[in-house]
Amino acid sequence: MINLTKTPLMTQKQLANPMQPEPFRVKRVMKESYDTFTLELEPIASERLFTFVPGQFNMLYIFGVGEIPVSISGDPNQPAMLVHTTRIVGSVTKAMSKLKAGDVLGVRGPFGTGWPVSDAEGCDVILVAGGIGLAPLRPVLYQTLAHRDRYGKIVLLYGTRSPEDILFRKELEKWRARFDLEIFVTVDYGDSDWHGNVGVVTKLIPKAPFDALNAVAMVCGPEVMMRFTAIELQKRGVRGDGIALSMERNMKCAIGLCGHCQFGPTFICKDGPVFTYPQLQSWLAQWEV
Amino acid sequence: MKTLDELLHEHEFFKDFKPEYLELMAGCATNVIFEAGQYIFREGQEANVFYVIRHGHVALEIHDPRRGPITIETLQEDDVLGWSWLFAPYQWHFDAKAVKLTRAVAMDGKCLRMKCENDHTLGYLMMQRFNTVLADRLQQTRLQVLKLYD
Amino acid sequence: MTLNISSNTKYVLESADFQQLIDVLVDMGYRVIGPTLDHNAVTYDDITSVTDLPIGWTDEQNAATYRLISRADEAFFGYVIAPQSWKKFLYPSQVRLWQATLANGSFEVAPEPEKSQPMAFIGVRACELHAIAIQDKIFLEGDYVDPTYHANRENLFMVAVNCGQAGGTCFCTSVNTGPKVETGYDLALTEVIDPETHYFVVEIGTERGRQVVEQLSVRAADKREAKLPKSITDQTATQMKRYLNTDGIKELLYANFENARWDDIAQRCLACTNCTMVCPTCFCTTVEDMTDLTGQQAERTRKWDSCFTMDFSYIHGGSVRYTSKSRYRQWMTHKLATWIDQFGTLGCVGCGRCITWCPAGIDITAELEAIRQTKGTAEAKKEVSNENVG
Repeated sequence: MINLTKTPLMTQKQLANPMQPEPFRVKRVMKESYDTFTLELEPIASERLFTFVPGQFNMLYIFGVGEIPVSISGDPNQPAMLVHTTRIVGSVTKAMSKLKAGDVLGVRGPFGTGWPVSDAEGCDVILVAGGIGLAPLRPVLYQTLAHRDRYGKIVLLYGTRSPEDILFRKELEKWRARFDLEIFVTVDYGDSDWHGNVGVVTKLIPKAPFDALNAVAMVCGPEVMMRFTAIELQKRGVRGDGIALSMERNMKCAIGLCGHCQFGPTFICKDGPVFTYPQLQSWLAQWEV
Repeated sequence: MKTLDELLHEHEFFKDFKPEYLELMAGCATNVIFEAGQYIFREGQEANVFYVIRHGHVALEIHDPRRGPITIETLQEDDVLGWSWLFAPYQWHFDAKAVKLTRAVAMDGKCLRMKCENDHTLGYLMMQRFNTVLADRLQQTRLQVLKLYD
Repeated sequence: MTLNISSNTKYVLESADFQQLIDVLVDMGYRVIGPTLDHNAVTYDDITSVTDLPIGWTDEQNAATYRLISRADEAFFGYVIAPQSWKKFLYPSQVRLWQATLANGSFEVAPEPEKSQPMAFIGVRACELHAIAIQDKIFLEGDYVDPTYHANRENLFMVAVNCGQAGGTCFCTSVNTGPKVETGYDLALTEVIDPETHYFVVEIGTERGRQVVEQLSVRAADKREAKLPKSITDQTATQMKRYLNTDGIKELLYANFENARWDDIAQRCLACTNCTMVCPTCFCTTVEDMTDLTGQQAERTRKWDSCFTMDFSYIHGGSVRYTSKSRYRQWMTHKLATWIDQFGTLGCVGCGRCITWCPAGIDITAELEAIRQTKGTAEAKKEVSNENVG
């Protein structure tokens, strides 16, 4: 049975100059939905490779506007390209959504812990994503599919607001056609054109095809969704220490020195964002931690 | 061909039911098939039945004159469809549509109500099972109305 | 100066020769910083002369109270501590991190040059040495090193001064950080003053310290004088009026995340951030990005921040800690509990500044004790329901 708490979660090498943004050029901006978009970035220096582990994030800086943490949504096996997917929620993401090919933005990172992708080898892999929470889980799909033989079943359970909000739609369709990957999507509100599932993502857990006793679950979405997902996974028989979650808090430095992202005894930026469920369990139900 | 009580026995809802109760249940049961797009029931109609879904995909809808049908929830294999047969005035609250070919066992509500009335142990068992379904649905609905992803 | 100076010996420096210490440090290239008077308070600032010191003054400190009072003698270090700690020099309240210029469709980032002049602090108290050691752990010994702190901390020369009196808000004895300086200094002084004499007992902590003493007009301390650092600080310890009971402190606060006392504190706490600004271990910062009017030039500034502001925990949609109750709880629980998990020590050195400078006079030692004496709401509810059953 898998126990993620035994091994520390993956992290990358430390950076020489962690507070200094490096300019990257926008190669492509893709609209995912009315309020989400994906940026494909290339290092200005052509030989530069950007390596990261799935689950890590970068601080993205728009010249003169500001800087925010954004998870990496691209393929870890393609280090020549850096991919971020985010939602327009504030002034920086708004400015980011208006970038065009050729524009430049600053990148600091990668920071934080990664998903337990290597710990999950030999196990069924259950990804539970809510809303924009699919973005930081996509690198796990790239990574596990690149080494498909190392894993048991791979199942993605994805819940979102409405059919229009589904991220990476084309890619999901493509993946869905594979026989070695199961994808279940559910929406909170479906119109008459939607023939898929309607209901919360937790509802998909009891029926999802995986061996709960030999599964690693990776969960990313709003905190309430993650709490209920962890409970539902455990009802199904997944052990608490086989569940990993990714947390979000205000971040300014991303290196554990500014204090903003403190959550109980952890700093989300350096001790997380990916945690095992037992690391957070006692704090998750508390208010205003 | 499987007998009705065998079919019921395989269904999640009737898990661990005693054989004599399964037999009793089978006496109220009929095999049904719904084509894709077919409405299983409509809001306001008399509700004298519930369905244990064996295979397929059912959408519970509510119709809004401006927006057309809105899907509130979808149900699949191993789910139970319908509880309005349990409570007066025994009328469906929503529309239920088979999104794709759906096979189910229809349980005669009138017949069941009578059996439960005569055997309170059975009645308690049924109430327990339905309350579990209701509680799950209520909890899921609560999460759904939170608009978590906004 | 024919004396062969040994690190194991204590020496006596007459107050009349104190200027030599400042001069030697200046000559060695240090920027010398010590206590001086400013705006009716003792403040740590650049000094060049003994006359810059707050000679003949002391500070009366109590909850929400600070005032200077004239002493009967001419003591140089007759006060307790300055409102602002040495943090303002090691981790300044505002630092430009870099500047960037738009050029050729991209931008170039120029990091700030690291400051080169080493600093010498004169008058560092035992609790303050501990506070610096705690910040060393945060900024130098973690996964990432802070370059500003590192540059300022490297080559820092520390002249510690033992406390001859306890302040009204001090509680260093209960957190084992004073009043006697034990480690982390280059030189430690104990001021001895009576109507006939005024001198300093000098203890040497490092080779650098020994080299400085070599250049001073000192004499070896006699047996009685050598005992003074201990006897004077022992006497100071007896004056300590406040006490922080650290027994099982982490578990206590973790178990009392819900406690009616937090609501009570929230009624008094103004969320003014004073406690975090004067705290010598608090390290939270924010960054500000700015551009000039042409939009061609941008820069990032790092500033002290406080967990007491609403903005501090803001994520899209709102602040995570939206009540002042949760913000006080965050601060105190961090200082006294989560800090232990993070850095292996308390985040509190017992300097008492947060008590003195709280406009509402909230006393961390008293609040902890109140929590210790009450039970969590969960437990309280259980009792009520048991009563109902009975």
